[in-house]
Amino acid sequence: MSPLFLIARREFYAYMRSPLGSAIIAAALVIDGLWFHLQGMSKPMLSAEVLQEFFNGASGTTMGASIVLSMRLLAEERQTGTLTLLNTAPVRDAEIVLGKFLSALTVIVLMTALTIYMPLLILVNGKVSWGQVGVGYLGLVLLGAATISIGLFASALARSQVIAAVIGAALLVVMLLLWLVARAVEPPLNTFLARLALHHENFRPFMQGILEFRGVVYYLSVTYFFLLAATKTLEARRWR
Amino acid sequence: MIEIQDLYKYYGERRVVGPVSASIQKGEIVGLLGLNGAGKTTTLRVLACDLLPTSGSVRVGGFDVVEQPHEVRGKVGYLPDRPPLYEDMTVHEYLSYAARLRRVRPNDVEKRVSDVEGLTELGDVRRQLVGTLSHGYKQRIGIAQAIVHRPDFVVLDEPIGGLDPLQIVEMRGLVRGLRGDHTVVVSSHILHEISETCDRILVIQKGEILWSGREADLSTQVEHGMRIRVTGRLAGATPEAASERLSSLLSGVSGVLSVEAREATEPGDGIASVEVVAESDVRDAVCRALVASDASVLEVSRLRDLETTFRALLEGSSS
Repeated sequence: MSPLFLIARREFYAYMRSPLGSAIIAAALVIDGLWFHLQGMSKPMLSAEVLQEFFNGASGTTMGASIVLSMRLLAEERQTGTLTLLNTAPVRDAEIVLGKFLSALTVIVLMTALTIYMPLLILVNGKVSWGQVGVGYLGLVLLGAATISIGLFASALARSQVIAAVIGAALLVVMLLLWLVARAVEPPLNTFLARLALHHENFRPFMQGILEFRGVVYYLSVTYFFLLAATKTLEARRWR
Repeated sequence: MIEIQDLYKYYGERRVVGPVSASIQKGEIVGLLGLNGAGKTTTLRVLACDLLPTSGSVRVGGFDVVEQPHEVRGKVGYLPDRPPLYEDMTVHEYLSYAARLRRVRPNDVEKRVSDVEGLTELGDVRRQLVGTLSHGYKQRIGIAQAIVHRPDFVVLDEPIGGLDPLQIVEMRGLVRGLRGDHTVVVSSHILHEISETCDRILVIQKGEILWSGREADLSTQVEHGMRIRVTGRLAGATPEAASERLSSLLSGVSGVLSVEAREATEPGDGIASVEVVAESDVRDAVCRALVASDASVLEVSRLRDLETTFRALLEGSSS
């Protein structure tokens, strides 16, 4: 087994053995369920709109869970000294970062998969397409991947998990609010900033079941950029 | 095996290590001795490829730590001052994980892990969670993870830190047991520990190698001579007469600078002890002189106050 998958497997087990993984999944499911009930089922709406609301709410819990899951990935290893084991093994920094990323992404995919009963309820009682459901879930996973990479970068920068969470949350808020900044600036910068926002213009098509190539490219690019930044941060720490 | 040439390491503007040049041969156990903050840990982290040097060249087994870190890491096993342990894993799981990370072939992992568990006496606790074990066990797990992949070169940073006297003795045995199969660099700020386990000592202070050689040479050089305690028996003599006779006998030995009477190390008729200061190792000549006389030899031993020696060396360098 390659070091990447070894690290990913160890981290995934660590999530599952500690209360953290189960607590995050449980909290996300409760919040998603409440959101679905309050926003989607309390007033007359079209099935497609209910599904959109579900994905809108789930995107929030996905981002929150991703930041909490990723804050520990490198900062905790640094705090406890276990990063030395990885740093002195014949493992590349990119493999360390990717292994950590994969473990958190697996938890997010598991968490997201457990919400499937809500879209199934809509499918049974209303009229929505499997396409909208599939594209919405693809959007959630891509959004989760991008957010985990942001949190992982923060975790590579910080010495403690708390600081990692603060940096990660701050970066996430900045990335989310770019669409608001876009409103305050002149063209063509406003379009550029709006396209950079993590949720607004990029996630909405996924909620509606529209698979936009540029949205997929955007989330993959954000993920790649922050994973690369985390790798470079690890490398730079050896030179300090 | 290990060649260090003009190694420097800076943290920002602060020089932590350098200039350091040293050569370590295959199979040697070398002690890196220095006070806290002398640069021991940083030097070891560079050797283990955990940190990269600011300048200079470090080659391990022919591979450069900057150009070929991947190859170097495959040849090195490293125990940092705080063992890198995952407390949520069992001992066996953890060592298997460390072995796989260090590229032990999948078919060999189980055997290698069992071997190091036996070597470090972890067999009884192999199914226990690392987090539930005592400090002594954790140090042993730290050593086990450092040698599980049979590295050519083992780096141990303060392996006896925080251990009780019994555990220290066990750890010494463990480190000595690495002789032959591995080249070992072990750091400590306690000269006594280093002298018990190492073939050679590198004394480091303020990031620079202050002295290099065998512990015996260190004492002789720093103390400008050797101190020897001699206890002999002169049948029928009073303690005072025995002491005077011993002193006069040994004063005539070539190389002896002074002889002073000391309290006898054991009770008995005609038994006396003296302390000899000589310009070199004269123990052979002392024994011959006593045997040729009417005195019986009860004890000829070198007096070593290692910590004083170490302090004298450091003070000598700062003055």
